[in-house]
Amino acid sequence: MKTLEEAKLAVIDEFSMFDEWLDKYEYLIDLGKNMDAFPEELKTEDRLIKGCQSRVWLDTSFSDGRLHFKADSDAIITKGIISLLISVYDGRTPAEIVSDDFSFVETVGLKDNLSPTRANGLASMISTIKAEAEKYV
Amino acid sequence: MSLAEIRSRFPQLQEKVYGKPLVYLDNAATSLRPVEVISKWDVLSSTLSSNLHRAVHFTANKATEEFEETRVAAASFLGADSPKEIVFTGGTTHSLNLLAFSLGEMEGFLHEGDEIVIGGAEHHSNILPWQFLAKRKGLKIKVLPIEDNGTVVPFRLQEILTPRTRICCIAQVSNVLGIINPIRQLADICHSNGTLLVVDGAQGVVHCKTDVKSLGADFYAFSGHKIYAAPGTGVLWGRMELLEKMPPYMGGGEMIGTVKWDGSTFAPVPHKFEAGTQNIAGVPTLKPAFKLAEEFLKTPYIEEVKQFVLKELLQIPGLHLYGLPGNIEEKIPLFSFSVDGAHHEDLALILDKMGVAVRSGQMCAEPLMDHFGVTGMLRASFAPYNGPEDAEYFIKSLRRAIDMLV
Repeated sequence: MKTLEEAKLAVIDEFSMFDEWLDKYEYLIDLGKNMDAFPEELKTEDRLIKGCQSRVWLDTSFSDGRLHFKADSDAIITKGIISLLISVYDGRTPAEIVSDDFSFVETVGLKDNLSPTRANGLASMISTIKAEAEKYV
Repeated sequence: MSLAEIRSRFPQLQEKVYGKPLVYLDNAATSLRPVEVISKWDVLSSTLSSNLHRAVHFTANKATEEFEETRVAAASFLGADSPKEIVFTGGTTHSLNLLAFSLGEMEGFLHEGDEIVIGGAEHHSNILPWQFLAKRKGLKIKVLPIEDNGTVVPFRLQEILTPRTRICCIAQVSNVLGIINPIRQLADICHSNGTLLVVDGAQGVVHCKTDVKSLGADFYAFSGHKIYAAPGTGVLWGRMELLEKMPPYMGGGEMIGTVKWDGSTFAPVPHKFEAGTQNIAGVPTLKPAFKLAEEFLKTPYIEEVKQFVLKELLQIPGLHLYGLPGNIEEKIPLFSFSVDGAHHEDLALILDKMGVAVRSGQMCAEPLMDHFGVTGMLRASFAPYNGPEDAEYFIKSLRRAIDMLV
């Protein structure tokens, strides 16, 4: 498994291949489409991330000292974005996530290229992942 | 005016977004502003800054003149009996909140158990103020249902009215469906039942030649920012006898007769509803905006654009259009739709990168979204500066965005 830093670099690398934002969206759409299926019964109110324009569900489990995330959204670009976050933070220890500053999303340019409502959605995803990790520290 | 002439008057259309020309199709949210509005705003801000009515000095008189001339223009634009029937507000939301409060407090008008009818396709601004009022006064809210194609059928109103129905609130044109409602017929039904009719004209005032008297409404509200004027401006028109009976909504400067420790009296209509410093630079921009809006009603290609977009949208597989009256003349160039397998938010996000500004989401009409069983829609709303080229580019971009997602 890649280290947290390696996983971040991989995402930054992947994103830098595209100059055009439309291409970046296509990449996010692909990520979203290829995400593991999310069980319908997990689409509950308490798994909904507040503050997103589209609906986003996040399921967290904890085993062998590591956090595992599953997620879904009815909007595919949003799903791609959360898939990207999961590719970096899935399988990390709670301490790793809690102490991380999530600044790589700025390096990728995700935040700047989202409208304020969607940037809030991204911020909500990040704070939910952090809050989940804090439960297990 | 030719399309090129119209476009040259809106500086924002000269701007690029992501290096592409802007195709602005979010006009139902707010319109762009023309040079005549911007320069009026500029003059009032830079050389006529003075408060209204209060002072005797030169600029205060000039500013007051500008403001009161706008009241005259608004009365003539709406076909009101008198400029005194024009109350300036911050916008439709402000107008409707003022109305729900002041009408609610009108002596002897409402009693516990009375009813308010609200249209089934209303904007939240024409729902919440009435919900607040209903809660304060113990009133019952009833919904005037819409048909599957989005139209309002007058006899449905007849069916739900009772002797206890005091107020009926409906949009002239829904901000989601874009259908021109049969206000005159609804007004007649209301009045034969002793019910007052409140019309939200936020969308309608832009696209319809509006004459409040032939419309038959008792109150009519609209915003300046959707009709090319400055944001933070708006109008509440009401029938004089009602405005006179209604108590003020806010207390403050300039709305008073005399103020004493043991009680105060108020200024006559409309000033009793205009407490505090008004939007002194913004309100006078309504005057050139009205003139332009009237000229725009004569723009011939709007109908062509509307027909083209409608025809093209209906050919896209999996696209569901909400609000399609049998007679297309009853629809303004506003299209809300959903596409199977493509979320409205994704579509809006991709269109944005192509330079097309549209609206996605619930459009401040959550009950209507629930009615159609959707979490949101995509809306493209056209103005006279959106010519056939914008329409074609929009359809092309939409098709490409759908291809990316589905």
